[in-house]
Amino acid sequence: MYKVKVYITLRESVLDPQGTAVQQSLHSMAYNEVKDVRIGKYLELSLEKSDRDVDQVVKEMCEKLLANTVIEDYRYEVEEVVAQ
Amino acid sequence: MKFAVIVFPGSNCDSDMYHAIRDELGEEAEFIWHTEKSLASYDGILLPGGFSYGDYLRSGAIARFSNVMSEVIKAAEAGKPVLGVCNGFQILLEAGLLPGAMRRNKDLKFICRQQKLKVQNSRTLFTNAYEEGEVISVPIAHGEGNYYCDEQTLEELKQNNQIIFTYHGDNPNGSLEDIAGITNKNGNVLGMMPHPERAVDSLLGSADGLKLFQSIVKSWRESHVVTA
Repeated sequence: MYKVKVYITLRESVLDPQGTAVQQSLHSMAYNEVKDVRIGKYLELSLEKSDRDVDQVVKEMCEKLLANTVIEDYRYEVEEVVAQ
Repeated sequence: MKFAVIVFPGSNCDSDMYHAIRDELGEEAEFIWHTEKSLASYDGILLPGGFSYGDYLRSGAIARFSNVMSEVIKAAEAGKPVLGVCNGFQILLEAGLLPGAMRRNKDLKFICRQQKLKVQNSRTLFTNAYEEGEVISVPIAHGEGNYYCDEQTLEELKQNNQIIFTYHGDNPNGSLEDIAGITNKNGNVLGMMPHPERAVDSLLGSADGLKLFQSIVKSWRESHVVTA
């Protein structure tokens, strides 16, 4: 089994209105150190081992469905785990 | 002319669309469930607004992989008129039938009100009954209508006159260049955030949306009905 952690964030060039609102709120709480907030999505996938390359499969899923690459970037981590 | 109104789980403007076509426009319309495998017998395809699949993941992202969508793509490639309103627009973007993507509204609020639009291009099969530059009033109701595309795509949209409607007076959601509706390069696929199907009778506050549907029928008749 694989445990895959997928992180999806808006691209640098795309304005993140949610992140901006959270940043303003943090500033109003006197956390002036905060220079930028980007809000994204975190997905955890459990994958059965198959004869397909796990990297290839995860990339495909990200490109086709999980992320919209017009406005979002994605990265992922694959961890091999013992099936329970 | 026979329209298919595509219904996804979570669509909620399908009845308005059906009403606009049947009762106001006087043409044929049928509800088509998203599992349908053929749209061959329909002349026009309508993707209504709503929250298909609860807007899970991203608006339109899951609906885009429904059975019926490969048929919608086929119809678009065959040159049939395809109109996506609100969530329908978001689905067309996710499906790649139109370029760009939607972001959350800049003020993060769901906006539901009457909105002025400017008709930027009246030489399309969706807008031939309008005057170029005409200002119309149509309701908007969305939380993710903040249109975005990269600079190169924007340049292409401009050069090909694919920007059909822009917000007039104010920009409610922060969309790029006030964009409210765009077509594909061929001009037979239109996506727009405002709801023309909710503006088809002055009793409802505006009948400005009706001309959009009349335009579709007019251009369809011109290319399909042979006059003696």
